[in-house]
Amino acid sequence: MRIVISNASPDPIYKQIADQIRDAVLRGQLEEGAPLPSIRGLAKELQVSVITTNRAYEELEKDGLITSVPGKGSFVAVHNQELLREKRLHLLEEKLTEAIEDARQMGLTKEELMNIITLLYEGEEQHG
Amino acid sequence: MDKALRVMNVSKHYPGFNLSNVSFELERGYVMGLIGPNGAGKSTLIKLIMNLVKRDGGTIEVFGLDNQEHELEIKERIGFVYDTIPYYGMLTVSEMKSLIAPFYQKWNENVFRRYLKEFGLNPGQKIDTLSRGMQTKFQLAVALSHEAEFIIMDEPTSGLDPVFRSELLDILYDIIQDEEKTILFSTHITTDLEKIADYITFINDGQLVFCMPKDEVLDRYAVVKGGLELLGSGLERRFVGMRRGHTGFAALTDDAEALMREYGQKLVVEKASLEDIMVYMVRGERSV
Repeated sequence: MRIVISNASPDPIYKQIADQIRDAVLRGQLEEGAPLPSIRGLAKELQVSVITTNRAYEELEKDGLITSVPGKGSFVAVHNQELLREKRLHLLEEKLTEAIEDARQMGLTKEELMNIITLLYEGEEQHG
Repeated sequence: MDKALRVMNVSKHYPGFNLSNVSFELERGYVMGLIGPNGAGKSTLIKLIMNLVKRDGGTIEVFGLDNQEHELEIKERIGFVYDTIPYYGMLTVSEMKSLIAPFYQKWNENVFRRYLKEFGLNPGQKIDTLSRGMQTKFQLAVALSHEAEFIIMDEPTSGLDPVFRSELLDILYDIIQDEEKTILFSTHITTDLEKIADYITFINDGQLVFCMPKDEVLDRYAVVKGGLELLGSGLERRFVGMRRGHTGFAALTDDAEALMREYGQKLVVEKASLEDIMVYMVRGERSV
């Protein structure tokens, strides 16, 4: 797992940590049941405070992505595949909503935006 | 909650200096940085916690025990690191250890030897000839060898180079891995050491300015910069401190989000560092 935190980012550090772990779980880079670094070990590694890593793990627990067992540590939660797919869809919708907002501000019509998406999607297919 | 330290309404009066009604708490297992400019009262506060000077008012509890009534018991469990080493300079590391160890019931010789090795301390070296950084490490080795649960450090990094500060940071991270140890350190320069701090207690001129989780402090404040034409319309009232020059101003605010909405691109908004927060708060408004 890769976690890179940036002091230049406008996001608070706990959020940067939580977002990157969440991403790794949703993309399947971290498998179900995989152990996560301890809260204090991760604080040492990233040179942040224990409160910061603790808060990041709390967010992930709230989302149901990880579970913490007292005395044992934290693990990637065992997922229902449906739930995981739903979460990924939700993330995708958020990103698309952002793109739609941008398109509106630029005065693009729905058709123009759809054209861009079609072009990009097909381009990706050709490359991939 | 299990408190390692409770300071309640503590006061100390000296001619020309008053520490007044300072209150804050520190939970076991966490790290607190005590920050403030020179002469703010940081060392006085630490001496009061160690009962090296008598308080004039208020109460101080360490591990839930009054620090005057239970002084000896508390000191067994505290590792105190002074800014200048309180030991006899002409003794060697190992001679000094033999003098100190009998004072502690829980002294563990094996642990001490392990730390000497880990910290690169030579048992035969005279304390006088140890560098500042090595003296700090020696004191930490002593603290860890009597199984101190609470490490208190007064200005542990003043005058030390960035390489040692980074090494000390790693040592402190190792110390807190067991979830049991609590650390309190004071500093007047906001250094890399604050990376590890869970809580920041800021005192200025003998008064507590705030005691908050560090993340909340950094989240609350921002530095805003802009041209002088923006001033004079009440904007200054939303600043905690400001530095005004001929080409523009820079200010500390706890209202950055609203200001960004109202002023948009006219203001540059940046994250505030602890140093920014300390400097703007202490100096208030000034012109350059």
